[in-house]
Amino acid sequence: MKGMKKIIGRPKYLKDVPNHYCPGCGHSTIHRLLAEVIEELDIRDRAICIPPCGCAVLAYDYIDIDMVEAAHGRGTAVATGMKRCLPDRVVFTYQGDGDLAAIGTAELIHSANRGESITTIFVNNGVYGMTGGQMAPTTVVGQKTTTTPKGRNPGVDGPPMKMCEFLAPLDGTVFLARSTVHSPKQIKQTKKYIRQAFESQLRDEGFSMVEILSQCPSNWKLSPVECCGWIEEGMIPQFPLGVYKQRQTEPS
Amino acid sequence: MKSNEKVLLRGSEAIGEAALRAGCQCYFGYPITPQNELPEYMARRMGELPGRTFVQSESELAAINMVYGASATGARVMTSSSSPGVSLMQEGISYLAACEFPSVIVNIIRGGPGLGNIAPAQSDYFQATRGGGHGDYRCIVLAPGFLQESVDLTYRAFDLADEYRIPVLILGDGMMGQMMEPVVLPAFREDLPKKEWAITGAGKGKSRFIRSLLLDVHVEESHNWKLYRKYQRIERREPRSDSYAVEDAELVVVAYGTAARIAKGAVRRLRARGVKVGLFRPITLWPFPAKALAGLAESVGRFLVFEMSMGQLVEDVKLALNGKAEVELYGRPGGVVVTPVELSRILSRRYNAMRHEA
Amino acid sequence: MIQKAILAGFGGQGVLMMGVTLATAAMREDKYVTYLPTYGAEVRGGTANCTVSVGDEEIASPIASNPDFLVVLNAPSLHKFQSILRKGGDCLLNTSLVHEKSIRKDVNVYEIAASEMAEEMGELRSANMIILGAFLKISGMVQPETVLGIIDETFRRKSPKVVEKNKDAFWAGYRYFE
Repeated sequence: MKGMKKIIGRPKYLKDVPNHYCPGCGHSTIHRLLAEVIEELDIRDRAICIPPCGCAVLAYDYIDIDMVEAAHGRGTAVATGMKRCLPDRVVFTYQGDGDLAAIGTAELIHSANRGESITTIFVNNGVYGMTGGQMAPTTVVGQKTTTTPKGRNPGVDGPPMKMCEFLAPLDGTVFLARSTVHSPKQIKQTKKYIRQAFESQLRDEGFSMVEILSQCPSNWKLSPVECCGWIEEGMIPQFPLGVYKQRQTEPS
Repeated sequence: MKSNEKVLLRGSEAIGEAALRAGCQCYFGYPITPQNELPEYMARRMGELPGRTFVQSESELAAINMVYGASATGARVMTSSSSPGVSLMQEGISYLAACEFPSVIVNIIRGGPGLGNIAPAQSDYFQATRGGGHGDYRCIVLAPGFLQESVDLTYRAFDLADEYRIPVLILGDGMMGQMMEPVVLPAFREDLPKKEWAITGAGKGKSRFIRSLLLDVHVEESHNWKLYRKYQRIERREPRSDSYAVEDAELVVVAYGTAARIAKGAVRRLRARGVKVGLFRPITLWPFPAKALAGLAESVGRFLVFEMSMGQLVEDVKLALNGKAEVELYGRPGGVVVTPVELSRILSRRYNAMRHEA
Repeated sequence: MIQKAILAGFGGQGVLMMGVTLATAAMREDKYVTYLPTYGAEVRGGTANCTVSVGDEEIASPIASNPDFLVVLNAPSLHKFQSILRKGGDCLLNTSLVHEKSIRKDVNVYEIAASEMAEEMGELRSANMIILGAFLKISGMVQPETVLGIIDETFRRKSPKVVEKNKDAFWAGYRYFE
C-alpha cells in the first residue's frame, strides 16, 4: 500500500500452509528462523535438510528446500554421506533429543569428531514428543514423564545429557551454541546462532550445532505461557545458554 | 591393471576393482573379518583415483546410513561387511528399499548364529532373499561362484541397482574373499546414468523430498503396490542360473556360490564314472530362477540341495518345483567346507539308493 | 589333472609370496589355478600357509584336503600337514630349519638346507628362491622359465643385481635335485 512499508511477513521459503504442531510448540518458531536464515544467506538453491524421526519429521511440508528423511538417530550419518558427495551444498540435520542424544549418539559424536562440514539443529524439549511424552536423555532431574511417573531419578535413570558440553572437547567441532525460543530476545539470539552455524559451514570449517531449548506444552502438560516459565526455571539452570565453542580457521 | 588382460586377483580385490570400474564413487564400511581386505583395498585404490570417497564408519549402522545419504545424491555407492555386521545394517537396508535408493552391499558370510566363526558359510540366505529388515520388500541377491563371476556380477550390480532403484546384495564367503584366481577386468565406466530423482539441493526449481514415512494408509498401500510391481518386473526379467551336465541327468544337485563350486567338482568326478548326475546353479538368489529349475523337472525326477546352511535354499527349490520332483537336502552348517570327494560319495549313495528304489 | 601343493612356514618366511609367484606362473601358462592363504584368527599363531592348485581343468575346491605336494619351512608345519599329504606324495623340507626325523614312510621326502645354501651364496633372503627352484624341479607344476620371468618383473625395480641373485638362487635349488 502506498506510503506503507512491510516490516514483517511470511519468510519466502516458509510454505503458506497450516502446520500440525501443537499451539505453543517451539518447532514452528524454529522452522521460521531456518527459513529466514536460508533466505538471508541466499542458500535455498543448495540447502539440504535431513529431518528426523520425531514431531519434525514433516518439516518438508513447511520449509521449501530439498530434504531426505533419515531413520531414527541416523541423521548425521546420512548427512555425512550427502555432504561427502556434494561438498558445496549446505547440509543440515534437524534432530530432537531422543534422536540425537539417545539412539543417535554414536553417529553424532563420530560425525562431529570427523569434523564433517555439516550443521545440526538440535531441538531439546526434554521429552519424546511424538511417542507421547516419555523420558528423554535430556529430561531434567525430578521431571515427570510417562516413563518417570515419580520424576527422573538420577540414581536410576542417570542425569540429563549435556550435548554442547559433551561435543566441545572434540577437535572436529567448530561452532556449538545453546539458546531458546521462549522469548523474543532468545528467538533473535537463536536466529543469530543458526546463521553463524551456516556461515561456518559455508566456510567449510567443520561440525556445527545449535541446541535450542524448546517448549512442548502437550507433553509437559503446561499452557504455552507456563512452558516459557519452565524453560526459565526448570531447564536453563540445567542447560546454561551461550556459545560453547567458536573457532574460525585462520584466513589464508 | 589393464582391462581385457588376465590378472591374478584376490576375491575381495576382484570385487573392489570391479566396483571401482563400474563407477562406484563412495565406499563406507566398518572392519569385520573375513572381509577386511575389501575396505583396505578400497581405501588404497580410492586414494589413487579421482573423485572417490572412502570413509571408515563408527559402525555398520552408520555405514549403511552413509550409503543411504550418498545414494540420495545420485552417487554410485557400496558397503561391505560380514554376517553380524550385515545384521546391523538391516535397518538401513529397509530404508534404502523404501526410498528406492540404489546401493550395492557385499556380505562375505561367516559361520553363525551369533559371533559364530570366520569360516565360509551360506547361513544368511534367508536374511538376504527375504528382505532381511522390517517391511515388505526385496533386494536383488547375486551369488557368484568363481572370481570372474564376482567381477562380472559386481560390475552388473551397479547397473541393476540404478535401473530398478533397489539395494543389490552380493553374497560371498571368506574362502571366495581370500582366494586368488585369474580374472579379466572390465573397462572403467564413463557413461554413468543421470538420476533426475536425486536430491542435490533445489537450485532454481521446486524443492523435493524423499521419505519413507507414509502415514496415510492409502498412500502407503499404493507405495507398496508400486514396489510390488517393480519386484514382479525383476522376477520376470532378471533370474539367472547356470547348469552343468543336466541333459541326461537322473539326479541334479542344486547349489550356489562355494557350494556349487564343490558340487561341480563332485559331479565331474561322478560323470567320469558314468554316473548320471548334473548341477543346477542359481546365480541370482532373488529373483530365484524358479522357471529354469521347474523346466528341468520335466526330465529330472530327483533333486539334491547342497547348501552350507540347514534348509534355507531348499525352501526356494521346493517352492519352484512345487511337488513336481523329489527334493532332498544335504546341508553342512557351521563353516565346514566339504571336499568334492566327500560330496561325490554322498551323491553316489543317493544316486544308488534312487536306482535301487526304481 | 589337478595338482595341489601346500606351502607352510613361519609368517615372514615368504611362503605366501612363493605361492603367489607359483599361481601367477600357472596363470601365464594358461592353466587353471587357485591360490588360497590362511586368514583371520588362524594367522595369529605366527604360522602362515597357502594352497596352490594348478590343473588343465576347472578347479572345484581351492582347499587341499589331500595335497600332492608339501613344502615345509618349519617344524610346526610339518606336524600340522604331513598326515594329510597324499600317499606317495612329495614333501620338500628346508632342513636348515626343520630337524625333525619322524616323517611318514609312504611319502617321498626331499631335503635341502636352503638357508645354509643361501648364506653361502651371500644372500640369506634368497632361501625361498632356492626352495621354489627345488620345488619346481620336483613337482613340474609350472615351467622354470615362466617363474624366472616373474622374478625378473618383481625385482627389476630394485636392481639388476638383485634380479641376478634371485635367479641364481632359483637355479641352485632347481639343480639340487637333478
